[in-house]
Amino acid sequence: MRAASVIIGAGHAGLAMSRCLSDRSINHVVLERGEVANSWRTERWDSLRLLTPNWQSRLPGFGYEGENPDGYRDMAETIAFIERYAEVISAPVEMHTTVTSVRSADAGYEVTTDRGVWNARTVVIASGACNLPSVPALAASVPAGIKTLAALEYRNPDQLDEGGVMVVGASATGTQIAGEVQRSGRPVTISVGEHVRVPRVYRGLDIKWWMDRCGVLNEHYTEFDNVERVRNLPSPQLAGSDDRRTVDLNSLTDIGVRLIGRLAGINEGNAQFSGSLPNQCALSDLKMNRLLDRIDEWATENGLDESVESPHRFEPTRFETSPPLGLSLTSGEIGTIIWATGFRPDYSWLDVPVLDRKGRIRHDGGVAETPGMYLMGIPFLRRRKSSLIDGAGDDARDLSAHLASFLDETSRG
Amino acid sequence: MDTATAPVDNGVNVDALLEAREALSEAPEAAQFKWRATCEWVNGTHSRSNVEGFFGLGEEHQHKTNFTFEADHPEVFASEDHGATPVELVLAGLASCLTAGVASVAQMREIQLRSVTATLEGGMDIQGILGIDSDVRNGFDGIKVTYDIDADATPDEIRAVVAQSQKRSAVYDVITNPTNVTVEVK
Repeated sequence: MRAASVIIGAGHAGLAMSRCLSDRSINHVVLERGEVANSWRTERWDSLRLLTPNWQSRLPGFGYEGENPDGYRDMAETIAFIERYAEVISAPVEMHTTVTSVRSADAGYEVTTDRGVWNARTVVIASGACNLPSVPALAASVPAGIKTLAALEYRNPDQLDEGGVMVVGASATGTQIAGEVQRSGRPVTISVGEHVRVPRVYRGLDIKWWMDRCGVLNEHYTEFDNVERVRNLPSPQLAGSDDRRTVDLNSLTDIGVRLIGRLAGINEGNAQFSGSLPNQCALSDLKMNRLLDRIDEWATENGLDESVESPHRFEPTRFETSPPLGLSLTSGEIGTIIWATGFRPDYSWLDVPVLDRKGRIRHDGGVAETPGMYLMGIPFLRRRKSSLIDGAGDDARDLSAHLASFLDETSRG
Repeated sequence: MDTATAPVDNGVNVDALLEAREALSEAPEAAQFKWRATCEWVNGTHSRSNVEGFFGLGEEHQHKTNFTFEADHPEVFASEDHGATPVELVLAGLASCLTAGVASVAQMREIQLRSVTATLEGGMDIQGILGIDSDVRNGFDGIKVTYDIDADATPDEIRAVVAQSQKRSAVYDVITNPTNVTVEVK
């Protein structure tokens, strides 16, 4: 089978690219290991909602059609939204087709699947950024009596034993799970390293609205001298909920979650924590305030000060004066550890030497180092919003233009 | 920030640091350093440490000078006070590391420093080192660092420089995180 382009993955990113290629009349196929929006169906916890409000899922040729633009989709609604998009754009999706290998071939790439081989001059990898958990090496030293699970395996508190739970990591994932588990009656300790604090609502409006309007989400990867650093930032402490509550560390402290430093080691059954918690909190408070300063300046410049609530600042993150530096993992105080330490893509099927020493595809804004290969849907691919559904459109427009000229050049050559 | 005056100069060669970061991310093996010290017992609790050379960028290096550090304990410990106590040297190491970071980060962010003073205090219950109470640790029960900085920047910008300096500091990491230590006898 042959196509000008093979897109791997029928999530929002792959479908946005499909739409852009269709607009350019580029013959292509979208290969999907499961059904459309597979990760959203199978790899998310039950209560999860999108972090972005409904209006902010603007895809090429599609957008929110409902009556609650400021709400946050649950997983069923997210799946329905992406399914509907695939229908609206008549995406040429081959479902239940798992890619087992991609290798370089004479005129492009040979994509082997469990349902046949595709040859294509270009390949778009849109298979997701969160396929596998990133669990630290010290996980191997956790004593046998402790149950451990990665955030990808977490569904709801009922699957956990009664008793204490340590959540490692304070990103959107870690803070949401910590809150939910604490409310289930299991005492939670959250181990806090680098984290990004933002309020859900600022001056009466969703933080994502502000970030969208004042240009933060549009910041381009070429504006950063160290883009790898921003690509590796944890996701902001946000959750989607009806009451639009903030899920920062203070909100966790308020419900009884205990904050502890970054998990630094496990030695003879004792977990050891970094003494850096005060600085981690200072860094994220200062960073949040810089974002709010920027929003305030933009609001003033754009004459919004009269129509929205007044500027204000949030209470600095509270932490114990001397948070514990060690915790016995054999005393019974902690029964379960949940690793909310990040995710990484699975490229085990990629037989093209394009990975760096950290296992990431070497690319420039989504244009892989190997000609004719493109990447979609990973954090800060081209813009700060690249990790959002809302960011797939601009990235797909840019990269489909590059892909089209690549096809033109190679067919002429 | 004052933009009308001379360019910001904290005496830090930022270009060289950025070039090094670029070069070493391409050649991570050259980033492997070995820092070394030797120490000789003098008498009583008095010892003299020596720092001469280190390994890095794939080769041996010599300091311009052979640096020595006297360490002892004060008279309240029935010692002769020929030098700083080792824990005071640890505080000095932390302060120097953070302060070097403050200068570098400020330079990177184009903030002119006029003066930077760090004051450090480490609390310690010496029942630990004296073996009186095994529940008391030997080391500090906490370290407090207070910076007094005069610079062309807002208070929050200065706080951000100090926070970033901690994030990138080797000695801060050594102190705040566990390190495996192996001591052998020849």
